[in-house]
Order: sequence, then C-alpha cells, then structure tokens
Amino acid sequence: MTTDDTLIKVTNLHKSFDNVEVLKGINADIKKGDVMVVIGASGSGKSTFLRCLNRLEEPTGGQILFEGTDITDPSVNINLHRQKMGMVFQQFNLFPHMTVLKNMTLGPIKLLKISKEEAESRAMELLKRVGLSDRADSYPSQLSGGQKQRIAIVRALCMNPDVMLFDEPTSALDPEMVGEVLDVMKQLAQDGMTMVVVTHEMGFAREVGTSVVFIDDGVIVEQNRPEEFFGNPQSERLKDFLSKVL
Amino acid sequence: MQDFFTGIAESFTKTFITDDRWLQLLQGLLVTLEITVFAAFLGIALGFLVAIVRSTFDMNLAGKKCRGFGDRVLKAINFICNIYITVIRGTPVVIQLMIMYYIVFASSRNGIIAAILSFGINSGAYVAEIVRSGIMSIDKGQFEASRSLGFNYSSTMIYVIIPQAFKNILPALGNEFIVLVKETSVAGYVALQDLTYVGNLIRSRTYEAFFPLIAIALIYLVIVLFLTFLLKKLERRLRSSDH
Repeated sequence: MTTDDTLIKVTNLHKSFDNVEVLKGINADIKKGDVMVVIGASGSGKSTFLRCLNRLEEPTGGQILFEGTDITDPSVNINLHRQKMGMVFQQFNLFPHMTVLKNMTLGPIKLLKISKEEAESRAMELLKRVGLSDRADSYPSQLSGGQKQRIAIVRALCMNPDVMLFDEPTSALDPEMVGEVLDVMKQLAQDGMTMVVVTHEMGFAREVGTSVVFIDDGVIVEQNRPEEFFGNPQSERLKDFLSKVL
Repeated sequence: MQDFFTGIAESFTKTFITDDRWLQLLQGLLVTLEITVFAAFLGIALGFLVAIVRSTFDMNLAGKKCRGFGDRVLKAINFICNIYITVIRGTPVVIQLMIMYYIVFASSRNGIIAAILSFGINSGAYVAEIVRSGIMSIDKGQFEASRSLGFNYSSTMIYVIIPQAFKNILPALGNEFIVLVKETSVAGYVALQDLTYVGNLIRSRTYEAFFPLIAIALIYLVIVLFLTFLLKKLERRLRSSDH
C-alpha cells in the first residue's frame, strides 16, 4: 500500500454512547480525490462515523490516520487538523449574528492569520462560483435553505481544506433546493476535492461517488464502485435496503 | 387656599433649599451611582466567569467521569461556583452587606468599597445564572460548526457563542441592573450616605415626609427610565441580524 495518496486511514474504529455500541469496528481508506459516499438506514451509525473523522464525536477505540498523523491520540492538537477538514452539516449551522462574508472570513482571519482584504477577496471569489456574490452582506436569516447550505459549503472551503465532510447536506432542504446544493458538490468533486458524503441521495452516489459504502448496524457491510454497488449488490442487507430506497 | 400654597412652598423650601439640602441629595445620588456602576461591572465580570465555568462543566463533564487533571480542576471550580451561587442567592443582600462591612472590612470600615464588593458579588450570582441560561440556549450545532472550522473551545465561546447568548439575555440582564440600582438603597445600613439615606435624613430633620420621599422615588424612577432607554437602543442595534 502506498501511503502517499492515502488521506484518511481508519482502522477498527469503535464508538459507544454510554453502553450502546454504535460503531463496531470500521475500516476505511480514503485517498486523495476520492468521493466516498456513505449510505445506510437512520441509526446505522453513518453520521457517527463521519463525525468521528474530525473527532466531533470522540472515538472510543481504533485509529484514524489523517495525513499520516493519528488524530485519535489525545496529545494531538485536533484544532490544527480540523482546519484541514471542512465540514458541512444537515442544519447548515451558519453563524446567525454574522453576515455571509463574516461567516466565511472568520476562520481564515483568526485561524489562518490571513489579512482581512485577502480573506474577503477569496470569499467573494467562492461566492461568485456558487452564484451568491450578491448575498455577501446578507444575514443567514435572509437566505433560503439552499442558499444557506451553499454558503456553509463555501465557508468550509475558505479554510482551504484537504477533505470535505458532508453530513446529510440535503436532508433539511425543501425538494426544489436539493439540486442547487448537489450541483455545488458535484462541481467540487470535479475540481478534485476529496469528499466523504453521508447522504440519502442515491443519484448523487451513483453519479459522483468514486466509492459507495453501506453501513448497517455499526459495520461496513459492503463497499464498491457505484456501478457494482448499485448494479450488483452482494449482501442481503444491502439488497433489502436498496429495494426500499430506489 | 392661600395658606395651602404657602404651606407647600414652605415644605418645598425646607426640603430642598434650606441648608443646601438639594446639594446633599445630589451627593447622595452620586454615591448611589458610584456603587451601582462599579457593582454592575463587577457583577458582569463575575457573572460571565462563573457562567462559563458552569456551562463548560454542564456541557462536557456533567454526569461523566473525570479524565485527567484538567477535568478535576474544572469539577472543583464548578463546585465552588455552585456554593457561591447558592449562598448569595440564599441570603438577603442587606445581611451580605453588613457582613462585608462589619466583619470583612471590620478594621478599615471602608463603606463604599464594602458596598461595591457586596452588591457586585451579589449581582454576579444572578448574572451568572442569566448568562448560563443564554449559553445553554445556543444550538449545539453552532458549537460544532465553530469547532469543525478549527476554533478551540475558548475562541468558539468568544466569537460564536457569547455574542449570540448576549443578545438573547439582554432583557434579563437589563432587568438585573434595574434591580441592582434599587437594591443599593439599603447602603444606609453601613453608614453610607446614598440617595435613600439622604432623603430619609432630610425627612427626619424637617419633619416633612412628602417632598423628600417623593423626590428620591422620582430620582430612582428617572435612573431606571434612562437605563431602560439605553437597553432598548442596544437591543435594537443587536437585532440588526434578525429580519
């Protein structure tokens, strides 16, 4: 195995909440440029898996190597590694007391110590790319759900991350707004961004994913390229799941 | 009828003009304001500090086992903060004031400092609970979004949580300061010549109750109205992000 192009290597990841074991030993390899789409029923542990990757949930066992560093090691400064891992949430989580531009430049200015002018010009560039440059001075409460999520994506991008984690980014959106968010994500994938996406959008998984992972009951049941995954599912549990969602 | 008006004029003169009593009232007002302003600053500082300790504990350690030295320190400080809030809220402010003056400051008998400290410490306990409720009311997602960008816990508090919490608690905080202004009227218990004390002194010297008491009541009212006006203005400014 070459370690050069492996960005995240997850080994035997466990996570328990109190006495409930949610993740029961997950192994995954995410290479640069991969778009790993994670699907599964609610409660299967797929969101927990994603949230363990940047330690928003503290893993109870196993190892996560990110760019060669074991970030589950308590002595690691996780904040530095999180700067390299953008995250997009189901509920957007924009900062409501700041304008769009402030939302986007807070991290770069305070954490990356970039000048305000530079941070703003970069933010404006990204806003332009997602078609929201006229919203720079708006507050989140003035935006639609789809706009909020596009801002949330570019806010994470402003930190220049090496990987983007998406936690059901379209699940809280009205149906007519799902497309605009998926389009941004698709474009991002085409630009070569490494992405881990937890989603229920099977179309996105099929079209954009480089690999699709099916998590059930805390373990990875099946992982494959999308054509194989959807065209020729192996396990009964996946067949059952796909028959319900497709 | 003539006598009635002459009587009023006489009362008025006795209350405000004779012996420059208006000047005494003014000095009393200054003492009241001095205690209130410094106590308010102390209360805010203490309150935010205690609130941050308590909510940090609530969010990270409540019901969990301590891991490592830092956790145990936090638990100990949280315990002290709980005692502080319990004791201060459980006893009358006049008693706290007298304890501060007659026991803690027994040797120096510095009334102003004793008053500022006791009213500040008293207010801090209430501010702490107000601020904590504000912090706990912020959606967990705000924390997570900030942490996921790479901000540490304290930067998250400073840039993301406290500004939002502050906006939410402003009305309650304003209420606390209105209470504080009026609570200082017991400062006379430790021989401070605040507004209430001076008004009452004038009443006992002149045997006129009406003008002195109504006058100090009106002065408190004006202070509170002014405070309310300022708070409304601040609230409106902070609400610019809601539409």
